[in-house]
Amino acid sequence: MTMVSESTPEMARGVRSSLRLTGPRWRAVRNFLLAMLFLSPSLVIFLTFVFTPLVRTFWLSAYATDPIGRPSVFVGLDQYLRLIQTPDFAYSLSRSLLFVLYTVPTTILVGLALATLGNMRLRGIALFRIFFSFTIAVSGATASLIFLYLYHPATGPLNYFLDLLHLPRVNWLTDASTALMAVSLTTVWLQIGLNTIILLAGMQGISDEFYEAAKIDGASFWASFRHVTLPLLSPTMFFLLVMDTLAALQAFTQFQVMTKGGPMSSTAVVVYSIYREFYFNGQYGYAAAQSVVLFFIMLILTTIQFGVLERRVFYQ
Amino acid sequence: MSRRVTPQRLLANVFLYALLIAAAIVVVFPVYYALISSLLSTPEAASWPPKLVPTGLHLENYTEALERAPLLRYLLNSTIQSSIVMLGQVILASLAAYAFAFIDFKWKNLLFLVFLSTMMIPWEATIIPNYLLIRSLKWADTFQGLAAPYLATAFGTFLLRQFFLTIPKDLRDAATIDGCGHLRFLLTVVLPLARPALGTLAVYSFLQTYNQYLWPLLITSAKDMRTVQIGISLLQDEERFAFNIVMAGVMIVLLPTLTLFILANRQLIRGLTAGAVKG
Repeated sequence: MTMVSESTPEMARGVRSSLRLTGPRWRAVRNFLLAMLFLSPSLVIFLTFVFTPLVRTFWLSAYATDPIGRPSVFVGLDQYLRLIQTPDFAYSLSRSLLFVLYTVPTTILVGLALATLGNMRLRGIALFRIFFSFTIAVSGATASLIFLYLYHPATGPLNYFLDLLHLPRVNWLTDASTALMAVSLTTVWLQIGLNTIILLAGMQGISDEFYEAAKIDGASFWASFRHVTLPLLSPTMFFLLVMDTLAALQAFTQFQVMTKGGPMSSTAVVVYSIYREFYFNGQYGYAAAQSVVLFFIMLILTTIQFGVLERRVFYQ
Repeated sequence: MSRRVTPQRLLANVFLYALLIAAAIVVVFPVYYALISSLLSTPEAASWPPKLVPTGLHLENYTEALERAPLLRYLLNSTIQSSIVMLGQVILASLAAYAFAFIDFKWKNLLFLVFLSTMMIPWEATIIPNYLLIRSLKWADTFQGLAAPYLATAFGTFLLRQFFLTIPKDLRDAATIDGCGHLRFLLTVVLPLARPALGTLAVYSFLQTYNQYLWPLLITSAKDMRTVQIGISLLQDEERFAFNIVMAGVMIVLLPTLTLFILANRQLIRGLTAGAVKG
């Protein structure tokens, strides 16, 4: 007779629990510590590079700084008063909001058109889907460089096309009245990849039954698009509205590569102004105050979008 | 469904294909234009009207772009930076997602919200202190400076957590009984099962980091530490007129991400939309 029998799972558990501190309280503490072990690498990064800097931005905005960014004099709300008193900031803000208005609805509408096309059941559609979504892989810097030449007033193809159509030429990036629109067009192009991908996925999530029912009711393509696709897609479009707005208010590369804020400050959006103030002018406190204001504007815009628009979104 | 080809159906399909092709031409045109311009001779590139079809194969533009700017060095820098961020994100997000999916602990929902809240904080609200921090650590012009702020990812944690939640809890219970610890369970059971989601996150974080512009612009100034996106903009400043060479440079910079997208687009799209649409 052997003394060592095969251990059953129950026995193993029994042996272990007799060796360790048990009870629900201890298990709760143990699980918490265990979870923190898994979470701590990420938490350390977030604490160092997201939460602490966020607080420091607020703190910095109450100070004047020396040239290497060390706070030197406490100035309270002076930086914010300066923001209100100089017309530049209000102008930057209006350019940023105009940029949102130019880019966000356009991107969603173009994305909707491309996703509708990409959702057709046709041979070779997979290839078209790649064409409609590839801009997600293109960087802001390379897109800006390409569009810089597309927009070239003397040798660029866009003015050549206008010539062919017998339309007047446009000084896309060098004219203060068109520069923001030109940067917006580049931004729309960059963003349609992601928008098309997400809208297409939303469309594919709509059950065929809805379309069958619409067909039985004799609905045309447009009728079923209006009364089936659009309402069922509204949560996806709402998601994109929030994401695209936040992305537009953070767009920087296009402005730096294509216009550097010009001509005549017509493309000096808030993030560009923040960059210029702290990186070139060493005005860390003043730039931080601008960041704080933009942060709250984004927070308010997102809250409004959730509060007002989300109620109209049709969840399945 | 019957698939008989009626004249109406044929006409409708011809119309749809025409629409699809027209839309594809418009969307692809900027990159197409960059590609054919990169193959023009310098006099052709400056001529009017602009050349819209290739006239020759001036591949020497590519060697010239590589010679005039240290593009290979920039490519290497970007690849190193993107690989560090990719590895960091995959490891850190796997660990965090594991805790959120498999461990029951106090304040779990609160901590998950803390993670998600980082997605709502815009870069401009943190960039000045981060820039000052990296400079005071003397991490400017280093790979740790380029990569450190991006090693953790709320989006990636969320993506992996969603995937981990689909793994049956029974597996974990069975492993506990066998005396398998959490870390070993993560490494030997969860991660192999989660390969598709890990692939999505790896491709996505590589693309994002490779395409970064502002952060490397702020914290690199030494010529041999510049990344491709910054380097390519410098090429434009130096070669304002020879735009065929700038476009050759642009194509060189675009090639890795476009290839990655073509190879991995299905996986990338499936992963991204699983997080976005089902929320």
